Amino acid sequence: MSTAIRHIRSASVVLAQANIDTDRIIPARFLSTTTRTGLGQHAFADWRKRSDGSVDPDFALNRPQNAGRSILIAGRNFGCGSSREHAPWALVDAGLRAVVSSQVADIFRANALKNGLVPVVLDEGTVQDLMRRPDDVLEIDIAAGELRTPAGEAHRFELDAFARTCLLEGVDELGYLLARSPDITRYETRQTPEFRHGF
Amino acid sequence: MAPPKTLLDKLWDAHVVVPETADAPAVLYVDLHLVHEVTSPQAFTELEARGLSPRRPDRTKATLDHSTPTLPAATDGRLPYASAQSEAQVEALRRNCARHGIELFDLGDARRGIVHVVAPELGLTQPGQTIVCGDSHTSTHGAFGALAFGIGSSEVGHVLATQCLLQRKPRALAITIDGELGPGVGAKDVVLHVIGRIGVNGGTGHVIEFRGSTVRAMSMEQRMTLCNMAIEAGARAGLVAPDATTFAWLAKTPRAPTGEALDEAIAHWRTLASDPDAAFDQEVRIDARGIRPTVTWGTHPGTALAVDQRIPAPADGAETKALAYMQLQAGAHIAGTPVDVVFVGSCTNGRLSDLRDVARVLDGRRVHPRVRMLVVPGSEQVKREAEAEGIDVIVRAAGAEWREPGCSMCIAMNGDLVAPGQLAVSTSNRNFEGRQGPGARTLLASPLTAAASAVAGVVADVRELETAATEAA
Ligand code: SF4
Repeated sequence: MSTAIRHIRSASVVLAQANIDTDRIIPARFLSTTTRTGLGQHAFADWRKRSDGSVDPDFALNRPQNAGRSILIAGRNFGCGSSREHAPWALVDAGLRAVVSSQVADIFRANALKNGLVPVVLDEGTVQDLMRRPDDVLEIDIAAGELRTPAGEAHRFELDAFARTCLLEGVDELGYLLARSPDITRYETRQTPEFRHGF
Repeated sequence: MAPPKTLLDKLWDAHVVVPETADAPAVLYVDLHLVHEVTSPQAFTELEARGLSPRRPDRTKATLDHSTPTLPAATDGRLPYASAQSEAQVEALRRNCARHGIELFDLGDARRGIVHVVAPELGLTQPGQTIVCGDSHTSTHGAFGALAFGIGSSEVGHVLATQCLLQRKPRALAITIDGELGPGVGAKDVVLHVIGRIGVNGGTGHVIEFRGSTVRAMSMEQRMTLCNMAIEAGARAGLVAPDATTFAWLAKTPRAPTGEALDEAIAHWRTLASDPDAAFDQEVRIDARGIRPTVTWGTHPGTALAVDQRIPAPADGAETKALAYMQLQAGAHIAGTPVDVVFVGSCTNGRLSDLRDVARVLDGRRVHPRVRMLVVPGSEQVKREAEAEGIDVIVRAAGAEWREPGCSMCIAMNGDLVAPGQLAVSTSNRNFEGRQGPGARTLLASPLTAAASAVAGVVADVRELETAATEAA
């Protein structure tokens, strides 16, 4: 990830269910790819289509009024399950830039941030309240760590300082790590007991 | 005197290359990086696009498991891949490993199998290490007292290039399980019970250290089952402090230190336990004596209930939806639910002891005619050892399929699928909607419960089957 993001401004798409897992977000049958592009069409594949293959017009991401919206509001513990980065790849490819929930699973959160998908964690009551007003154009201000509503409410959300810098400045994490090479070499020469075992 | 440390503190401190600050996470060294075909191709592509090559190919080990067929090759030698894409993933890993000098346990290699089964059985997994893999069930290796966790593909690239990760230290959660396990109850029942108690997000932000007399009495296989499912409680990793059971396992593996080096290693490994007064961020106590064979009724692993219980009334809309998806009725007994498929395998319960449990139940019995049963060893080694004991013969004689090692129906990427609407009793780790195929309904269970259900054709209480057998004898 190396494009800077400062603000996200959009109405929302709501998936109220709790514990939306990574198999929901991108079913395993779409993981047989060797690239990271083009997964958006398969995001929530088993919810987007009915079992007979026809498009389910009632599914939130299929509703015409939701087209182009970049904020997803989801139930508690979003992204639980697998470490597949295909999940944020699919969501970003589908046009989403932020996930608002009262809890976001650990590995998903890390993967999301690496792809410019911002996890916005707010208390359950606020999330429930936002879910009732999906047409409000929300503004997510990354520098301020705030989600603002048109009614003028400002909800603070926690964002790790490093994650915030990465988003705002488009910091390349791999570049950051590579710059620590001298420290890494020094660590390796320390030869801790764990390090000493070869494989 | 130094302040008391948890096992997590000790593992963490030993691997910090650059300490964390308010502004930046720690740079954490990775001792062992495990790689498989599904989550690595994009990482290798990224690496090459930047003109980089792996920093420590010697600390990177690869295997093929997720996309590989579990049916043998056709007469023309071709393997029945689910798709050309699956085959391309396998080819990509071969190419990447060959190009970068990474050891690969390829198809046909006697060491190949599910990544979380092969590393422990080869002795690559050792106490005190940090171990990562682009797979959430990397938590399995924590059973050896290693800090082991799943990472995404971008991080796979970071580790390839630098052997390091940017990480914030997780919090420590102690789950103390005491008491003897009842008949028919194993590690899978214990961990499903635990997730039922603390919830699928109960471990979020934490590493769980499993402690207590029940855990100490467990075999390495059982400890792996426990740590494997730590991620299903939302935890980053699971841990069990290494002890004599761990050392005995490692002494038998080909890649662990030997002779004097092993003695030295063991002396160090003995220090890898939480200090007596170490403070955990959270503690949970579980009485193992109360645990019965446990299964799930819903669409996440937290929907656990004892096999002799009734399905609870839905607590919210999500549970109502889950019940509808599972085609189950609140208030009904879960036992007696008709079963279409039984899957035994995965990195949760695809090891030799699991297959022995299954064989014990199937021996002299038949799989119910309605049920399709698949038994998939976790690795080539497990398969060889099981066949040496005649487990394959018992499995086949009972009418079940004996397959080649791999992830198979756990993730249903390789063509092994549960059909829409079918109910599967599975020894794997996730009962998410569609996990075993679109529309598939999954009930998680132990190998004993899975085998008993295969015989009965309905979700069954293995204790009843075993009592009946004793009475008949
Ligand atoms: S067996 Fe299942 S959980 Fe384990 S590595 Fe394979 S797909 Fe993942």
